[in-house]
Amino acid sequence: MRKKNFLWLMAGIISLFASCNREEEIIHTVVIPVAPPDSVIPPAEGERVMLGFYLLNEGNMGNNKSTLDYFDFATGEYRRNIYADANPTVPKELGDVGNDLAIYGSKLYAVINCSNKVEVMDKFTVKRLGQINIPNCRYIKFHEGYAYITSYAGPVQLNPNYEQSGYVAKVDTATLEIVGRCLVGFQPDELEIVGNKIYVANSGGYMFPNYENTLSVIDLATFTEIKRIEVAINLHRVRADKYGNLWVTSRGDYYDTPSGLFWVNTHTDQVEGKLDIAVSDFCISGDSLYICSAEWSYISMNDEVTYGIVDVAKKQIVSRNFITDGTDAQIQIPYGIMVNPVTKDIYVTDATNYVYPGELYCFDKNGKQKWKPVQTGDIPAHFAILYE
Amino acid sequence: MFFVFPGKSGITFFILPVFLFITSFAFAQERKDSIRKNVLDEVVVTARSYKEVIPAQQLSGEKLEALSSFSVADAIRYFSGVQIKDYGGIGGLKTVDIRSMGTNHLGVFYDGIEIGNAQNGTVDLGRFSLDFIEEISLYNGQKSEIFQSAKDFGSAGTVYLRTRRPKFAGNKKTNFVSYFRTGSFDLVNPSVLWEQKINKNISSNLNAEYVYSSGKYKYRHTRYNSDGSIANDTTAIRENGDIHSLRLEGGFNGYLEQGSWNIKGYFYNSEKGLPGAIVGNVWYNPQRQWDRNAFVQGNFQKQLFKNYDFLVNAKYSNDWMRYFNLDTIAWDDAGCRADKTLWVDNRFSQQEFYISTSNKYSILPAWDMNLSVDYIWNTLDANLEDFVYPTRNTLLAVLATAFEWRQLKGQASFSGTFIFDNVKKQDAYQPDDKQEFTPAVFLSYKPLKRQNLNFRAFYKRIFRMPTFNDLYYTHIGNINLRPEFTTQYNLGFQYDKQLKKGIINYLNFRADAYYNEVIDKIVATPKGGSGGGSLYRWEMMNLGYVEIRGIDVSAQIAWNFPADIQINTSLNYTFQKAQDFTDKNSKWYGGQINYIPWHSGSAIAYAQWRTWDLNYSFIYVGERYHNPANTRENYSPPWYTHDMTLGKTFKFKKSPFGEDPGRLKISAEINNMLNQVYEVITCYPMPGRNYKLILKMEI
Repeated sequence: MRKKNFLWLMAGIISLFASCNREEEIIHTVVIPVAPPDSVIPPAEGERVMLGFYLLNEGNMGNNKSTLDYFDFATGEYRRNIYADANPTVPKELGDVGNDLAIYGSKLYAVINCSNKVEVMDKFTVKRLGQINIPNCRYIKFHEGYAYITSYAGPVQLNPNYEQSGYVAKVDTATLEIVGRCLVGFQPDELEIVGNKIYVANSGGYMFPNYENTLSVIDLATFTEIKRIEVAINLHRVRADKYGNLWVTSRGDYYDTPSGLFWVNTHTDQVEGKLDIAVSDFCISGDSLYICSAEWSYISMNDEVTYGIVDVAKKQIVSRNFITDGTDAQIQIPYGIMVNPVTKDIYVTDATNYVYPGELYCFDKNGKQKWKPVQTGDIPAHFAILYE
Repeated sequence: MFFVFPGKSGITFFILPVFLFITSFAFAQERKDSIRKNVLDEVVVTARSYKEVIPAQQLSGEKLEALSSFSVADAIRYFSGVQIKDYGGIGGLKTVDIRSMGTNHLGVFYDGIEIGNAQNGTVDLGRFSLDFIEEISLYNGQKSEIFQSAKDFGSAGTVYLRTRRPKFAGNKKTNFVSYFRTGSFDLVNPSVLWEQKINKNISSNLNAEYVYSSGKYKYRHTRYNSDGSIANDTTAIRENGDIHSLRLEGGFNGYLEQGSWNIKGYFYNSEKGLPGAIVGNVWYNPQRQWDRNAFVQGNFQKQLFKNYDFLVNAKYSNDWMRYFNLDTIAWDDAGCRADKTLWVDNRFSQQEFYISTSNKYSILPAWDMNLSVDYIWNTLDANLEDFVYPTRNTLLAVLATAFEWRQLKGQASFSGTFIFDNVKKQDAYQPDDKQEFTPAVFLSYKPLKRQNLNFRAFYKRIFRMPTFNDLYYTHIGNINLRPEFTTQYNLGFQYDKQLKKGIINYLNFRADAYYNEVIDKIVATPKGGSGGGSLYRWEMMNLGYVEIRGIDVSAQIAWNFPADIQINTSLNYTFQKAQDFTDKNSKWYGGQINYIPWHSGSAIAYAQWRTWDLNYSFIYVGERYHNPANTRENYSPPWYTHDMTLGKTFKFKKSPFGEDPGRLKISAEINNMLNQVYEVITCYPMPGRNYKLILKMEI
């Protein structure tokens, strides 16, 4: 009899415990007032009103910590980590290592590198609309209803024996279906579309010491690679200015070959020149190309931080620091940069030590800090401006 | 109030063990006769050698066997002051962090000689099964003994794994033991041990173990809305966690007049999947790993002259590892380059030669001196681009003394370490030679003659060398690294008592408070390569500074109930405040370091009644952060598991080998009884409720 009682009691206790699993809530948005609401006037650019901007935080690999933040111009509020609140039903949220962010039509696209997907959301509500599965996807650009996405299609590892070249995927933005693929060089990074051509920066980042040194040129109509332009090793960014020139960055090899900034004439497809300035990220606004950089130096065993402005018309470095109030001393690792096309306010992200949460700084066009830096997610990096 | 679950406090959970004592007591009272067995010898914290200053935490014998543990790592979880990093599953990596100083500061000794890993400093304790491990001891600081090799003095904390020593009952000349385990994760795990008495002084043993597991288990990922409703809920199967491994081990043991010797060989071969991190849209990872570890080691010790003891240890080991990444998500649907898979195929092989001598001289009966000198040679070979092929020669010398003066016992040691690294690659920088001198002092004081109450204190400064990976791994390694130092201060006491009458027949209580510093902590720091995009590169740097303040408390009680019920209970509690003080200007200065809970603890109740035994164990790990930035995003909730094992022993009537007829034991285990969903390391889901059946035959 006692035995039976014991068993019943045990069963009872266990079921009580079992029903008491600790519940882990989704991570909610934190709203931080950054600028006074009344003092922020929504800037207008032509007919369209700028509402705010999204900021994609990369997060470190394997931690599933890519997050999305939003700054609202009207309220002056910074909304940190908005994805889970908008999409509570999505397991594991945005994913692992966000690598690019863009708005096209009514949709917001987040390229999530180690989650092998492009997350597609409504640009106003951030509600998930679907995803495009692309292994090791890197950067995205749009043209006439299609998204073009570069992919390493390989593991995120340093590997000398790696032999798979990358590609550009063509995706119908209405159906989110992949409709074509075009092989390019090894480990392609940014891409830019000028006229009827796509320019792709091949890095060869896994191929050490045999880095790639070319831009792949793809004909948009046939979606095939038509030629390669030799620029420099380990290319990373490629963006066009209003004169039809491409500004291309090379990461260098971290040893003897330093990084640099090149420009390529898209009419002749020739490299026309080089500026000796390290570039982590840049943003072109009118004739000004704003640069921030943290480049590792084996000599100082430290990150050497650089800011600058290049005049894209004159092709000259016109400023070596656009921050005029000394705030640059607080920024550990400048990682991403965006310039408001109307107000010319400059937004610089600080990746801090890449492990702790980052910070977002805002400077006015004279380089004076506009508001106190605001805490972002981990490794804040990629901006997308939201228009009405 | 069983249903109130505060989550942040462990106290409520200890109700269950108390309940269990009561019920098992009631349960067993129905029978009267008994097989009386002294459970005490298995519980006592350690066999006290006369000069032992601070005894170890120890698990041994039946108690260890009953502790539903698959590997050594599972058992070490029950010690206070340790945290396990467990990546889940049978084949998953399991490492131990002692008093928050980092896994590289723990020395692991297998039958008296350290298991090294010059490549990355990590010893996977999940690899060591408990089958023939007789005793696990954990020492903070160092083993309380001076007659030992220089390496025994060389870590901030040490774990000793002692395999079964052959014992032959009566006229028996042969012992045969075999285990068979099966259960969840498609586990098939047979092992056999053969022990042979060759003559009065010499015996041999041979054992073999095979493990197969598919490593598959269901796991659940659930998040809730603020109102408590389910936001999302996914159940998936952990894949690519399979393991096949074979272990062979054998040797000879001998006794001499005033001495002993042993020699053993060890071989381990495994292939396993690395199930990897579960992140958004990635529910499967394809990486695989092969390991082959082999060593031979020997030990000889003898009192050569009066007052002079001599010890020599020697070892040669050869370890090979292959890491392979076949990325199966390459686009084969387009029909283009589908034949080309994407791969990483890295191979590493390392060798170690080790020889050590220790020389102890007793100056007075209560005063000993010891000089130990060790020499270690390590080399690493890898098929990495630009690899430098390093070789390391290490010379360790330790001068130690131990004394007893009235109620005071003490030990002091002074170590000198000399390291000479060479790299084979022509144009690579040659690393500098290093030498370090470090002291340690251990004291204990027994104020009352009649009571076994001891106060103890220790101070130890020691370091870990940067590993070959830290220094030389292509791109990531940093040749300028300095050793990572730890300084430990410990103050505590222990009380134990044997009681002749009453229900309690033994009790032991111990508490320690400590302060540790980790200086020049080696951390991976990303280098801002020009242009991020997750391609920035990591570099090892001597950047970190951590301060740890902690308290370890443990209590053990052996109960002797009527009707031949013996129960052993133990409780452990650890408090740790481990703060990162690396960067004064950082917003997160002083944050609790990665994966160290403020509160953690365990409870074990082991009951024996005639031929039955029942073990219940409970582990609690409080809330943690996986980053010194203690934000909501970096938060890991507390977890706790309840495990239970029930065993029944049957005695044989006849034995083929001699007097002792032998026995068969059948045990059944339920682990994580409440099907708790948890992760020890973020994105590495752990198994839910799982089962095991164990057959052990001893003849």
